[in-house]
Amino acid sequence: MHSTTLILLMGFMSIAAFYLGRSRSLAVVGGPGRGKGLHSLPGYHGYFVSIWCVLPPLALLSGWMLVEPGIITAMVVKSLPASQQELPAGELNLLINNIRNLATGDVVSAAINADFQRAADLYNEYNATSRRLLSVLVLGLAALGGALAWRRIHPDLRARNKVETVIRWALIVASSIAVFTTIGIVLSVLFEAIVFFQKVPVSEFLFGTTWSPQTAIRADQVGSSGSFGAVPLFAGTMLITAIAMIVAVPVGLMTAIFLAEYSSARVRGIAKPLLEILAGIPTVVYGFFAALTVAPWVRRVGESAGFEVASESALAAGLVMGIMIIPLVSSLTDDAINAVPSAMRDGALGLGSTRSETMTKVILPAALPGIVGGILLAVSRAIGETMIVVMAAGLAANLTANPFSAVTTVTVQIVTLLVGDQEFDSAKTLAAFALGLMLFIVTLILNIIGLYTVRKYREQYE
Amino acid sequence: MPNQMTSRARVEAGLSRRKRKEKIFRASGLLATAIGILFLGIFFSTLVAKGASAFVQTYLLLDVELTAETIAPGGELDLEYADFDGLVRTALRNNFPELSGRNDRRELNRLLSVGAGFQVRDLVVANPDLIGTTQEIWVPAASNVDMLMKGNIDATVDESLRNLSDRQIRWIDTLDQAGRVDLRLNKALFTNGDSREPELAGIRGAMMGSFFMLVVTIALAFPVGVAAAIYLEEFAPKNRWSDLVEVNINNLAAVPSIVFGLLGLAVFINWMGLPRSAPLVGGLVLALLTLPVIIIASRAAIKAVPPSIREAALGLGASKMQVVFHHVMPLAMPGMLTGAIIGMSRALGESAPLLMIGMIAFIVDVPGGFTDPATALPVQIYLWADSPERAFAERTSAAIIVLLAFLLLMNLAAVILRRRMERRW
Repeated sequence: MHSTTLILLMGFMSIAAFYLGRSRSLAVVGGPGRGKGLHSLPGYHGYFVSIWCVLPPLALLSGWMLVEPGIITAMVVKSLPASQQELPAGELNLLINNIRNLATGDVVSAAINADFQRAADLYNEYNATSRRLLSVLVLGLAALGGALAWRRIHPDLRARNKVETVIRWALIVASSIAVFTTIGIVLSVLFEAIVFFQKVPVSEFLFGTTWSPQTAIRADQVGSSGSFGAVPLFAGTMLITAIAMIVAVPVGLMTAIFLAEYSSARVRGIAKPLLEILAGIPTVVYGFFAALTVAPWVRRVGESAGFEVASESALAAGLVMGIMIIPLVSSLTDDAINAVPSAMRDGALGLGSTRSETMTKVILPAALPGIVGGILLAVSRAIGETMIVVMAAGLAANLTANPFSAVTTVTVQIVTLLVGDQEFDSAKTLAAFALGLMLFIVTLILNIIGLYTVRKYREQYE
Repeated sequence: MPNQMTSRARVEAGLSRRKRKEKIFRASGLLATAIGILFLGIFFSTLVAKGASAFVQTYLLLDVELTAETIAPGGELDLEYADFDGLVRTALRNNFPELSGRNDRRELNRLLSVGAGFQVRDLVVANPDLIGTTQEIWVPAASNVDMLMKGNIDATVDESLRNLSDRQIRWIDTLDQAGRVDLRLNKALFTNGDSREPELAGIRGAMMGSFFMLVVTIALAFPVGVAAAIYLEEFAPKNRWSDLVEVNINNLAAVPSIVFGLLGLAVFINWMGLPRSAPLVGGLVLALLTLPVIIIASRAAIKAVPPSIREAALGLGASKMQVVFHHVMPLAMPGMLTGAIIGMSRALGESAPLLMIGMIAFIVDVPGGFTDPATALPVQIYLWADSPERAFAERTSAAIIVLLAFLLLMNLAAVILRRRMERRW
């Protein structure tokens, strides 16, 4: 039986179990009129039976799905002739893949002989048996669990408490998924990165100044030794981030100040939602705009001023990224300014300072920790931004501080290394995970410091 | 002597300077606000200017003779044998009886899209009675013809610098004067999957891919996010674990999206063996990505429910779980739904993690399920933006307009929901 049908069938069984449990709870006290004799409401008895009917078989089902492919593969390998069983791991994997493809009717990359065909038939047979066994076990367990729970129904059964315990655990599991996601991210980049660092020393990766991830396919190939010094990528990321910050910080800061202090309520009511639209535009759209509108414009302006401008300049990507980050900076600044107690503002104004003096000499210094925290979050956002740089910044790993030249960034290289063919035993693919690890660590540190300062600052005035 | 001035005089001496500073400060604030809005204006106007023309497309009106010998030799329609391209080409050539050589013909045929034959075929398959008759049919023109009609190819520059020869332009003029060239609604854009031919490329496949992904995302992220928010707000004891979860969620919201793509590649594809390029995997990754957004919004919504509601329910004998599920959750639902919609609109615009899990492949078929290879709307935009053909640039803009329209609708729904259901306590 297909697992979707199985799950659907279990769903029907659980609904039936609910109604059976509820009606039995009423029956044990002698009819619907005597519900008061029960410890828990009849519905909770229904849920109680339903949970016993669903949870154990669901656990069995997921456990089975997890170990099934491994066991079947091992059994098929055992049936192969001894000479094939002793093949090296890579070739054996290829063979198993081919058997699987033959069994499911996909394209096979080897000649089909009798042994091969027999293995594929065996694979199909094992699979079918496993599925039959699974269906019987799951449905049997569901019926058994439901029946046992149904028999336990009694006026004194604390069904509500039991159901609530299950719900409580479900809530706990849901809340820890966020933690598991973080652990999953760390493990998935860490494992591949460790394999990478076994091939390429950490010092070369962190301090080397040449990045050319092409590895040779043939031994005598020219210029493909593969060099993994990531300094040009870090420098490129820094350059673009710096340009973005030069745009976003002053503009975002002044926007927040203007909207908070100077503008009328009407202007604020129009300008604020308009600026929030900027935050909602997908990054791929910014990338398109950077590559097709801003980059040619930067090039024209730069060349008329006598500079040599690459068609994919760091400046174009940085400018557009800066625009994208304006709403983030301005909303965090706005929060920080609003958190400053109005007594401080009133005091400064009362002593005769102008509004700009109040702002620069009293409110901004008081709000500085909050603003700095916000800027750190903005920097982390700029470092991790992908689509704009992929579309507008180019691939050339130049170690330069010239904003008119093409640079590449960490995120661009991750994308280029992982889009297309991947081989998880070559340094080229693994390098992407090492870069991902660096990216994760750096942004994590920035986020933690940023979030901590913003929160600490808010508490200070509360 | 300055030190003998009264303080009043000193203040007045500096007053004009201070007022000037004030004005400059104010003006720079105005300028900063204007920069953002100005960019928005430039952005939307270039987008519309570039993209609007992609919603129409050049078609040629041809009198196609659906001769029975070529398409239905045995009296029955024979799709293996039928040469619809040949019929369309003959119909075009009938407009220019003076042409005879092979080169002439080949040059003339390049005015037609490769999709022209398919269109006639679909028409005949839908209505076999047409066999043996002559029909006036609007068939798509090649993308170069389309670009010429939209003014993107300059007929005055030297012949070697453009994709259409002088003769081809003359032929198009002839057809145009006969009323056989027209810009009509570009239906292909909304009904076709991706294609190498700009005039046949559509966003339907990408839209369906995005749709299937969002279904997976909302089905996973909304219940889990709401459950997590309920636990953290209503049940979690104040200890190190809940502090850790809290810090974690705030951090996850700020982790670069591409890192989630690495997670999806390593865990869902390499470790769990789920299919590459499938909306299922994309949906899983986007669910993890939007989970923090939904949790944070749901927590805020739960916090906004006043404690008196909880106390009243508790006082009447409800258990803590009943209080939460019967009273707090229904009251917080509008806020939670708003958060979910905002999370979904973020997921719809996201593309970087999808590149990692192979949703960037060139896929012509419109996906029909959760495990079919698919691409997403933003990724389609990325793919088209990379295509060298001129005609793809306008199609990219058109796809962006469609994407932004969807995002606008979602945000509008969120705003309306908030206005309608919001309760002041």
